[in-house]
Amino acid sequence: MYDAGKIIPGLVIFLCLFTFPFWYNVANGKASQRPELVIDAAEKQCVESKEFMRIMHMDLLNQWRDEVVRNDNRVYLSTDGSKHTMSLSNTCMKCHANRTQFCDQCHDYMGVTPYCWDCHIQPRESK
Amino acid sequence: MNALRSLFESNKKAAITSGVVIVVLLLLWAVGWLSFLCRGIFGVLIPYAALALFLGGIVYRVVQWAKSPEPFRIPTTCGQQKSLPWIKTNRLDCPETGWGVFGRMALEVLFFRSLFRNTKAELKSGPRLVYGSEKYLWLGALAFHWAFLIIVVRHLRFFTEPIPSFVQLLQSLDGFFQIGVPILYMTDLIILAALTYLFLRRVLDPKMRYISLPTDYFPLVLIIGIVLSGMLMRYTPVKADLVGVKELAVGLMSFHPRIPEGIGILFYLHLLMVCVLIAYFPFSKLMHMAGIFLSPTRNMANNNRKIRHVNPWNYPVKVHTYEEWEEEFKDKLKASGYTLEKE
Repeated sequence: MYDAGKIIPGLVIFLCLFTFPFWYNVANGKASQRPELVIDAAEKQCVESKEFMRIMHMDLLNQWRDEVVRNDNRVYLSTDGSKHTMSLSNTCMKCHANRTQFCDQCHDYMGVTPYCWDCHIQPRESK
Repeated sequence: MNALRSLFESNKKAAITSGVVIVVLLLLWAVGWLSFLCRGIFGVLIPYAALALFLGGIVYRVVQWAKSPEPFRIPTTCGQQKSLPWIKTNRLDCPETGWGVFGRMALEVLFFRSLFRNTKAELKSGPRLVYGSEKYLWLGALAFHWAFLIIVVRHLRFFTEPIPSFVQLLQSLDGFFQIGVPILYMTDLIILAALTYLFLRRVLDPKMRYISLPTDYFPLVLIIGIVLSGMLMRYTPVKADLVGVKELAVGLMSFHPRIPEGIGILFYLHLLMVCVLIAYFPFSKLMHMAGIFLSPTRNMANNNRKIRHVNPWNYPVKVHTYEEWEEEFKDKLKASGYTLEKE
């Protein structure tokens, strides 16, 4: 092998970079952690199904914001026919009151930083 | 009659093309379903195998390259070589030292300097041959590669727990404009535009089409598929359950693989295409990722005449000198009246 003094370190750097997640996870030892959500359920049913809410809640909240802010419409008609007030602080936070134990669980896990609290006052959390 | 005939032919061509597209889409859908049904294989076994092929294959190829000797000193020189003290040297384009080579390589690897110099020749009316600069390929390639790199680094959020701060910083910069929810990433648009250009470049220009091979189209189309499936999972209602995706990815990366429920077929299709890409990588032109560092015309200092370079495959050759030859045929040479050099 020619130029081994340059090529072998190069290969070592390549392997270290491309196996970064492996040794990073091993070093941190937090790979088995997953989000655990706590809900103080005042209601039995969310405004939409759990499966829908899990992946679409951000779109729903965005739609709510546009409806309320731009169209002055505060009533949301759910797919099951029930009506809800479109409000993050008053409707959502009624059940999902603990931001750190609900919202932040998945958001921190996924590295998502929503800008809800740039405008909304963050409710006081019950411990 | 002829017009009708050519219309018929072109219609036939269009029908075949759309037929092929439909078959490919159906196949993709079937493969997606298959990988969803056999999640254990497509979610764990194939990713590990692909990763092993990727890492092992690249190391193997690089070692094979490193084993071949470079008989000649062949740096390409694009500037004034180091000469007399009052002549200005071009340190980057005709590097004489290791640092010069480093600078030249860094500009090549990070900014594709040689593509930047591309020229085009055009035949204008007259006829007159006109040369001009050609920057579109450089721009498209640079946009594609940098966007791809940022997207790959951004994906570390799925593979690491806790997420390193540089990944967080990168994705907040990428989503700087805060358009929509989930926030639109600039790199997604850039890579899509760049890939479209790179694809159309091969298809629309007859000269490019003539020299384009399946190995040129395959990675391009594959990456377009990866990008589109990824964007569909982020921006449209066929979204993936990201928490599940991360559980799967982190499981793989910590050697405790698990298959969470609730991840759709689109994700498995995305994963499968990525696996195909990285498994195909070491055996294809994509090896330019490693090859660029080993290009002899770029990574050599132009000290050809300053230092003696010996061809590494030179071996001791058995020579027969004139003196030895004269000694051997001394008698015969003398007899024929030849004057020997010795005398």
